[in-house]
Amino acid sequence: MSLASAAKLEDLLKEVEVIRGQVPVDLNDRIVSSIYDRAESIAHKVVKKEKPVFDWDARLDDILTSRLFGFPSMILLLALVFFITVTGANYPSGILAGLFFRGQEMLTGLCLWLNTPAWVNGLLVEGVYRCLAWVVSVMLPPMAIFFPCFTLLEDMGYLPRVAFNLDNIFKRAGAHGKQSLTMSMGFGCNAAGIIACRIIESPRERLIAMLTNSFVPCNGRFPLLITLAGLLVLGSGPSLGATMIVVGMVVFGIMITLAVSWLLSRTLLKGVPSSFTLELPPYRKPQVGKIIVRSLLDRTMFVLGRAVCVAAPAGVVIWVLANLRVGEMSLLAHAAGWLNPFGQLLGLDGFILMAFLLGLPANEIVLPILIMSYLSTGSMTGLDSLEALHRLFVTGHGWTWLTALCMMLFSLLHYPCATTLWTVYKESGSLKWTALAALIPLCTACAVCSLVAGTARLLGLV
Amino acid sequence: MVKVRQDLNLPGGLISLYDLPLGRSAVVNSIGAQGLARRRMMDLGLVPGTRVNALRCSPAGDPKAFKIRGAVIAFRKEEARRILVELKER
Amino acid sequence: MGLTRQSSGFKTNTVSFLKGVPAKEDLVIALAGNPNTGKSTVFNALTGLNQHTGNWPGKTVLHAEGRYIYQGMVFKLVDLPGTYSLLANSVEEQVAGDYLCFAGPDATVVVVDATCLERNLNLVLQVLEITPRVVVCVNLVDEARRKKIRIDLDLLAQELGVPVVGAAARNGEGLNQLLSAIAGVACRRISTSPHLVRYGGLVENLLAAIDPAIKELFGDHFGSRWLALRLLDGDQAVIAAIREWLGGSKISRVKKGDQRQGGKLRYEPGFCSQAGGPAQRG
Repeated sequence: MSLASAAKLEDLLKEVEVIRGQVPVDLNDRIVSSIYDRAESIAHKVVKKEKPVFDWDARLDDILTSRLFGFPSMILLLALVFFITVTGANYPSGILAGLFFRGQEMLTGLCLWLNTPAWVNGLLVEGVYRCLAWVVSVMLPPMAIFFPCFTLLEDMGYLPRVAFNLDNIFKRAGAHGKQSLTMSMGFGCNAAGIIACRIIESPRERLIAMLTNSFVPCNGRFPLLITLAGLLVLGSGPSLGATMIVVGMVVFGIMITLAVSWLLSRTLLKGVPSSFTLELPPYRKPQVGKIIVRSLLDRTMFVLGRAVCVAAPAGVVIWVLANLRVGEMSLLAHAAGWLNPFGQLLGLDGFILMAFLLGLPANEIVLPILIMSYLSTGSMTGLDSLEALHRLFVTGHGWTWLTALCMMLFSLLHYPCATTLWTVYKESGSLKWTALAALIPLCTACAVCSLVAGTARLLGLV
Repeated sequence: MVKVRQDLNLPGGLISLYDLPLGRSAVVNSIGAQGLARRRMMDLGLVPGTRVNALRCSPAGDPKAFKIRGAVIAFRKEEARRILVELKER
Repeated sequence: MGLTRQSSGFKTNTVSFLKGVPAKEDLVIALAGNPNTGKSTVFNALTGLNQHTGNWPGKTVLHAEGRYIYQGMVFKLVDLPGTYSLLANSVEEQVAGDYLCFAGPDATVVVVDATCLERNLNLVLQVLEITPRVVVCVNLVDEARRKKIRIDLDLLAQELGVPVVGAAARNGEGLNQLLSAIAGVACRRISTSPHLVRYGGLVENLLAAIDPAIKELFGDHFGSRWLALRLLDGDQAVIAAIREWLGGSKISRVKKGDQRQGGKLRYEPGFCSQAGGPAQRG
């Protein structure tokens, strides 16, 4: 800045210093009071209010935040959203799977006709195509349905009521009441949940919210939970049973969120709870059509984009690992074998751990990677049904109910995807907290899984 | 920071916002919070002389929601206890 | 010489015509408002960006910009964070206030909620302290109608001294009038005379005392009243902003680093979280 300006600024600051003695202590109070006096007088002249016909907001809140119906209605709404997702996703999944299977046959035919070497067919069809196919046919439909449902709730103005109901619980866990909101956002996408943590002003409580955000399953993990839950209840009325299991998982995730928040607020992130004021906006009629279309397209595009950028390369990696041999076994089998002891401890196996490791970029590719790994060391089976999956996992690779349960728990609690970690880094500006954002969930997942596996085995349940 | 306890003899007719019974209306007398919390409350319209209505309580017992200048705002027990209001129906 | 195009004065006319017309630059319009007033809906409606809007206070995305063309002019719309006030109690408020004061948009639109006018006027009156070129958009009039709330927009415009437009951005209602009012104010076709809040004897005297020094530094057309209030209040952040502005760096974009000092979330053990963001009081 110019010398003249600098001098003038110093003059100004000196003037201010001189006057400071006369400034009343409650200056801010006076200013805001004056402003509101004026606002009140203007509003009084300008606004005319007649007795409303029916106070929707109050009546709805009377139910949704009441002692009797408050908590049950929250759980019910959650279950409803999951139920719609689970049942709604079945039909499109089936269709897409069928389409892709036919596509696969066509591609294989094409390769044969072109007389391409075997490895091209393998790489393209068994690697890239199959992984893509799985992501799009199994992972996409639930994601595409869940997001609009959730967005509808958000648009209606329901989420602050969730914060209103849960605030006390979060306060006792040493966390900020608005963490219930960021946690809800995490259901859609963990990265979005991290950004949502901006609404928590105190850095300490914001960090707690960020570090525990991954304990609720994001869109990418839901299909895995739904599929595995379906496997568990195979044959006995899938939809309702599967829904209840998923709801149970989510509730468990919330409990872990509270527990870890409590732990963090007593150890790494000690401090005083900050003030909390929450506005409960009026309920708005959501623009249902617009939201459904926009959300659907939005999410579909996003998942397809991620599928191409992440799933396709992952498919290549898997195929390469599965077909490059060192000595007797493929690289994949070597790696899986190496990881197996640790995996068994957690109630999983080496392949599952590999899948989670390779699934760091995006959670929705974990299941496809696992399936492909299993397929490459076993016999070929179709992509299209839960029964086929059951055969692959149980008969092909020795799964038990414990394996399914532990895989669900591990998926629920493990480190967030790379996008989320990157977002944590950008929001916190610190490598240390980003590392913790990955380590804390990982350790929690390992602890819980080994506990469950150990207990089950001890009690002879497996 | 002055902590207002219920058993203290409050100047005539004043109670804490937290103790305002649901459905009743009152006028704000003073805000006990200081610093950022105080400014935030005032920004939301909670200024001495403002009329507030106690609307509802969370199923978990805390926080409570109040109608302030047309908007519904929820406060926790700790903060609501430090706001003094005068019971005064319209 | 002879009959050349030059001698017949052909080009002279062209040159003077071009000199008289202002260069086609973007007109910058700031969009302010309380959280949850449908500000994002207004933003999307005007710029056509396909972003989803949620109904939850505090969810505003920091720094959104868009463009639209109206009456042959290009308008750049800057969506400021939703705030309850501009008195620098949080990072969002600091950002919004600094932008309005230092980046000097050609016009500011304050979006208010028709169902909650009184509370929303707090922000409007504060914005008027910073800049006179304001258009008030009373949004959600469809909700107000449903709740049998009627607002006399003309009287409100009289009381405030700036144009007031009623709208229901979700349905596109009132948007044409809004565009017209914005263009009018931005191009100085509509002149505004905002009625400012009087703060009572003592405060007004103090403001008058430092007003000359502020005008000396910033000239006449600046949010000097708001700056004076900030300085009297002991706001250190605004002094830093002034230095930055004088130093020549334009606060034309909300930089990511502005969010918190040095881009790092400061957490120190024992940190009293009452202090919140970087707005320090001296």
